[in-house]
Amino acid sequence: MALKIVVCVKPIPDPAYYKDITIDPVTKTIQREAIPTIINPADKHAIEEALKIKEKFGGKIITLSMAPPNVIKNIHEALAMGADEAYLLTDKKFAGSDTWATSYILAKAIEKIGGIDLVITGTETGDGGTSQVPSQLGEWLKIPHLWNVIEFKIKNEKEVYLKTKIENGFMEWKCKLPMAIAVSREINTPRYTTIMGVMKAKKKPFQKLTFDDLNLDEKRIGLVNSPTQAGNLHLLDLSRKGKIIKGSKEELAQFIIDNLKAGGISVEADPIICSCEGETGNE
Amino acid sequence: MNKDIWVFIEQVQSNISGASLELLGEAVRLKSKMKNPGKIVAVIIGSQLSELIQVVSMFGAEKIYVADHRKLRLYQPDYYAAILTHLIHQEDPHILLIGATYIGSQLGPMVAIRVDTGIAAHCVELKIDDNDNLVAVVPAFGGKLLGDILCPNYRPQMASVKPGILEKPERIEVQSQIVPVDINFLSLVEPKLKPVGICCHEPKGVPLEQAEVVICGGWGVGDAEHWQMLEKIAAKLGGAVGCTRPALDEGWSQGEHTMVGTSGKSIRPNVYLGFGISGSTHHVCGMKDSKLIISVNKDEEAEIFNFSDFGLVGDIKEILPLLMQSLGIS
Ligand SMILES: Cc1cc2nc3c(=O)[nH]c(=O)nc-3n(C[C@H](O)[C@H](O)[C@H](O)COP(=O)(O)OP(=O)(O)OC[C@H]3O[C@@H](n4cnc5c(N)ncnc54)[C@H](O)[C@@H]3O)c2cc1C
Ligand SMILES: Nc1ncnc2c1ncn2[C@@H]1O[C@H](COP(=O)(O)O)[C@@H](O)[C@H]1O
Repeated sequence: MALKIVVCVKPIPDPAYYKDITIDPVTKTIQREAIPTIINPADKHAIEEALKIKEKFGGKIITLSMAPPNVIKNIHEALAMGADEAYLLTDKKFAGSDTWATSYILAKAIEKIGGIDLVITGTETGDGGTSQVPSQLGEWLKIPHLWNVIEFKIKNEKEVYLKTKIENGFMEWKCKLPMAIAVSREINTPRYTTIMGVMKAKKKPFQKLTFDDLNLDEKRIGLVNSPTQAGNLHLLDLSRKGKIIKGSKEELAQFIIDNLKAGGISVEADPIICSCEGETGNE
Repeated sequence: MNKDIWVFIEQVQSNISGASLELLGEAVRLKSKMKNPGKIVAVIIGSQLSELIQVVSMFGAEKIYVADHRKLRLYQPDYYAAILTHLIHQEDPHILLIGATYIGSQLGPMVAIRVDTGIAAHCVELKIDDNDNLVAVVPAFGGKLLGDILCPNYRPQMASVKPGILEKPERIEVQSQIVPVDINFLSLVEPKLKPVGICCHEPKGVPLEQAEVVICGGWGVGDAEHWQMLEKIAAKLGGAVGCTRPALDEGWSQGEHTMVGTSGKSIRPNVYLGFGISGSTHHVCGMKDSKLIISVNKDEEAEIFNFSDFGLVGDIKEILPLLMQSLGIS
């Protein structure tokens, strides 16, 4: 039973740099150009799950990314992990798509690839972090879909058993392929790339698809046609008093105790006495 | 066209979920900002719902749609989405709010596709503009930026909000009109996905969102031994322990449900005590509304100090044992 699996992999600006993001005071646009991209961390779990399924049942893993054209490095990394083939959807017309439009474009590409048994995504992205694309993609494809899957087992010919997370526990499900799943971070530990993998990656099939390659309604994609529209942008003002307190470890611990009380927390605490003070006093 | 504000009511073991309760309160607040307000409408889907209906009517719902049937006992996305879609097509609401819980995070975007509208995810604030339309404020780049999201041309205007972001509402008694939903049309829906079981454990200790003091530990706590100290100190103070993602990945914390931040919980305790946390926007986004923020970090330049009322420069490994001693913990 060889399975044809699509994994949705989004290149995102590296979260390590988010603290440096600013808004241009004149144009009111986000300044993030210098930030390098990485594979969205959650999507590595999606790739790993696909690799584990392939190891067991055989098949083919195809990665699908919608992004600007300069993300080849990230796509090579996905191939180096072990994916077989990659598609990059890239077109100026796609820019600024919200989750409605993004999931629509991804779905059209999956339809074009055709004959898919399983679609795997991450649960959320690190930049937008909407968590909405997976379920919306499932809806477009008209296949059953589940979000935050913590266990996925293929029983026999196309029958699957799954567990999803809920607030204080989990739910168990049965389903039949084809379906779409968004896997949680807990489901597996993504493997590292090997030198062999990196070498092979460059020879694997890789294809760019643009607007003209997909059967899309132009009036429903991109920034201006997305149902949700972005309004004003604000930088979160998170700065507080930011008073720096220095002192001996005893003073710092005492400071915490005192401020717990000031914060209305009932504490019964003994005073913290500096042990070294006593010692020096004896001399 | 009406201006009704709808809230999807989710339940946790037959009780109303915190997220839904907070959204009902928010609906009341949004309505008060509108020039020509409509009704506040709740939608409850499930089985044996009479108690839940009572609760919902005590928090401002003027109209309550109830889809009560045995086959709706467990969440089944196709049934739940079909019912919401059916009602939306029939009533054309102005706004639909849904909790960004595990279930809501799947159901909300799904319904948005079915009724062809936009949805703003994980909002941190909801506002009403001059045209009585919804302005949803969403975080981007891990919370570093906030953007207003509008949905000018499609209805309903949908938004999801995580539990703990909005304030807990006051009771307001209204005469609620209860409308049972005829779900016969569900016989046409043949879901391929079958829920076969549910497992809920009673959470241990004080829930993170309700604790008055939250002690958060990050990667800087360093090892399981010092993590134990955090747990003991929190227990002594009647508080809860939260964590950052690295502390979760190290396996020190009690699990995903204790992570604070954009992909975890949002908390607003009276006192937040952070140990060994660098202050990434992903984490800060979940704790910034705490009343008093005290952080301990050995790095004087740590980003977290910009988000704290007091930044204590020191080594956790020295300070935790002293706190234990002072609090009489052995
Ligand atoms: C999509 C996505 C979502 C995410 N969501 C979340 C989220 O919801 N919540 C979250 O927390 N993170 C989240 N993260 C991770 C986040 O970006 C940061 O990596 C994380 O918050 C950093 O955790 P930390 O501060 O514990 O670790 P670090 O950044 O490693 O900081 C450790 C700190 O401890 C200090 N330290 C070390 N030793 C000592 C000592 N002995 N005494 C005192 N101080 C010491 C160091 O100076 C340092 O400042 C997410 C990441 C991504 C990509
Ligand atoms: N532009 C994209 N290209 C490929 N996959 C995507 C894209 N956007 C979202 N996804 C997938 O959808 C998941 C959730 O994304 P989001 O809804 O944006 O938080 C990600 O983990 C990806 O697997």
